[in-house]
Amino acid sequence: MRDARGNIRRPIGARLWLSGGWLTLLALAAICAPLIAPKDPLMQDLFLGRMPPFWMEGAEPGYLLGTDSLGRDVLSRILYGARLALVVALVAGTLTCVAGATLGLVSGFYRGWPDRIISRFVDIWMAFPPVLFAILLIAVLGPGLLSIIIAIVIIDWTRFARVIRAEAMSQGAMDYVASAQVAGRTRFGTMLAEILPNVLPTIVALLTLEMGIAVIVEAILSFVNLSISTDSPTWGGMISEGRTSVHQAWWVLVFPLITLFLTVLSFSQLGEGLKDRFDPVLR
Amino acid sequence: MSGYLSVRNLTVALQTGEPILRSVSLNVAAGQVHGLVGESGAGKSMIGKAVLGTLPRALHVISGEIWLDGVDLLKLSPAARRKQIGATAALIPQDPLTALNPSKRIGPQITRRLVDILGWSKQNAQARALELLDEVHIPNPERVMRSYPHELSGGMRQRILIASAFAAEPKLIIADEPTTALDVTVQKQILRLIAEMQSHHGTALLFVTHDLGVVSKVCDSLSVLYAGKVLEEARMHRFFMHPVHPYSAALLAATPTYTNPIDSLLPVSETVIEAVEQEVLEHDIRASR
Ligand SMILES: Nc1ncnc2c1ncn2[C@@H]1O[C@H](COP(=O)(O)OP(=O)(O)OP(=O)(O)O)[C@@H](O)[C@H]1O
Ligand SMILES: [Mg+2]
Repeated sequence: MRDARGNIRRPIGARLWLSGGWLTLLALAAICAPLIAPKDPLMQDLFLGRMPPFWMEGAEPGYLLGTDSLGRDVLSRILYGARLALVVALVAGTLTCVAGATLGLVSGFYRGWPDRIISRFVDIWMAFPPVLFAILLIAVLGPGLLSIIIAIVIIDWTRFARVIRAEAMSQGAMDYVASAQVAGRTRFGTMLAEILPNVLPTIVALLTLEMGIAVIVEAILSFVNLSISTDSPTWGGMISEGRTSVHQAWWVLVFPLITLFLTVLSFSQLGEGLKDRFDPVLR
Repeated sequence: MSGYLSVRNLTVALQTGEPILRSVSLNVAAGQVHGLVGESGAGKSMIGKAVLGTLPRALHVISGEIWLDGVDLLKLSPAARRKQIGATAALIPQDPLTALNPSKRIGPQITRRLVDILGWSKQNAQARALELLDEVHIPNPERVMRSYPHELSGGMRQRILIASAFAAEPKLIIADEPTTALDVTVQKQILRLIAEMQSHHGTALLFVTHDLGVVSKVCDSLSVLYAGKVLEEARMHRFFMHPVHPYSAALLAATPTYTNPIDSLLPVSETVIEAVEQEVLEHDIRASR
């Protein structure tokens, strides 16, 4: 009587392999940056400014991806930039997720006054234009890693709260929830043991997506010079600097841009892939 | 007359004050099967939910008593009530598709009650669950225990829910239209299974349905519900011989199994419905004074 659905072995898939592979590589690069970076990312050498990448004519040995206008090694700067990007992704993503998902879960499952308060709050929050809000916040808090993380959490928790609320609400209406309560589970226990596992795939998908968004937000803020002090390398900062000399030295702009693009893409693909894989019900 | 479950003058209303159940009284004797019959929207499910403490939040108990195993549930604190219900009653739900947690394997969903409520060890609960699955005629119980709900058919899931309802040996089981979501061919099997399990375990059963034919096959007594009001409560044979209320009589006349084929084509007549509505209305007016 077991039907065919149960026998489908879901392959991990190219999507999960590629995105997971890229992110693992990036994480390793970030952790080992001091060991593997060929140069000091801050070391300037005005005699070696705007050297092209290794395959082009006039490349300087040892500077694989070329140098920027101050003679700093592009590859080393990308590697060190990965540290900041991943720290922001991990910390801001996780905090946003915990705050938003908790509020969404409570409001969707308990309904009643907790829901009214939280939902009203979300509505008011979403009336602010997010980028303006972020820039305003950083202006008040002052630039720095902590400010970026706080800004991301404060702006993006509503995304989690809304989606998880809707999911918790539809799960809460299912009979298995009533059965759990008849079997003596408390409401809080039911929320954790019955509802949470069913919204977890969605939470994971949103979390990785949020990590990608955090990387972008950090890059944007660096781009407008509101991130960390300008001398520690960030992808956004590199893109901003590379922009001014794109005609003479395109590599200063293009390599960090590609890295950023692949990272954000990988985060979103990883989320989708994990959701497909861990959702017990094929959707 | 008072039973293992005794609902007395229970009134449940919406927040707006509109009554959903009007002074409902109902008894289920220990080890007996009591049918609860009425058309869709009559409030059958709400009686079950009021007893089990799972009323939707828009509905509130206004007055009345719900005695279960000699305790008035409505006088207990929410925690004590949950405990009392968990230890004495269980539910066979209407829709087996939403009644199992989709992200958990079958095994833990059955053993949960044994571990949580009765404090059994995991091994004992596991062994008992296998026994129960065997009892509800599920082939290859070990494999089913390791399956996720979506891997099983609706009939299988309902069997599992029946096994799980009987797991902790409750004294009362409420079955809310346990077969309406199933294929006609499966319906009969499930019905037979519930009757078999009930008599084997000696559990009191409140059997909710809109099908008088089914009631006649499995119940010892029944209540007829119309628009949130109990019109008649009677022993089975007495009801089929001499239905007291005109609505009951009309309902009986419309049930194919109990009349000749020609009568069975007649719907419940308009005049009977009107009479009942008049009666319910008068009750409301009296109640609101
Ligand atoms: N959440 C709710 N909010 C408001 N009214 C409700 C709610 N749930 C049920 N009702 C009302 O309560 C009444 C009784 O519903 P109930 O589900 O008990 O009917 P039923 O007899 O079980 O019918 P069915 O055979 O269709 O299951 C209906 O008129 C319905 O409109
Ligand atoms: Mg119902």
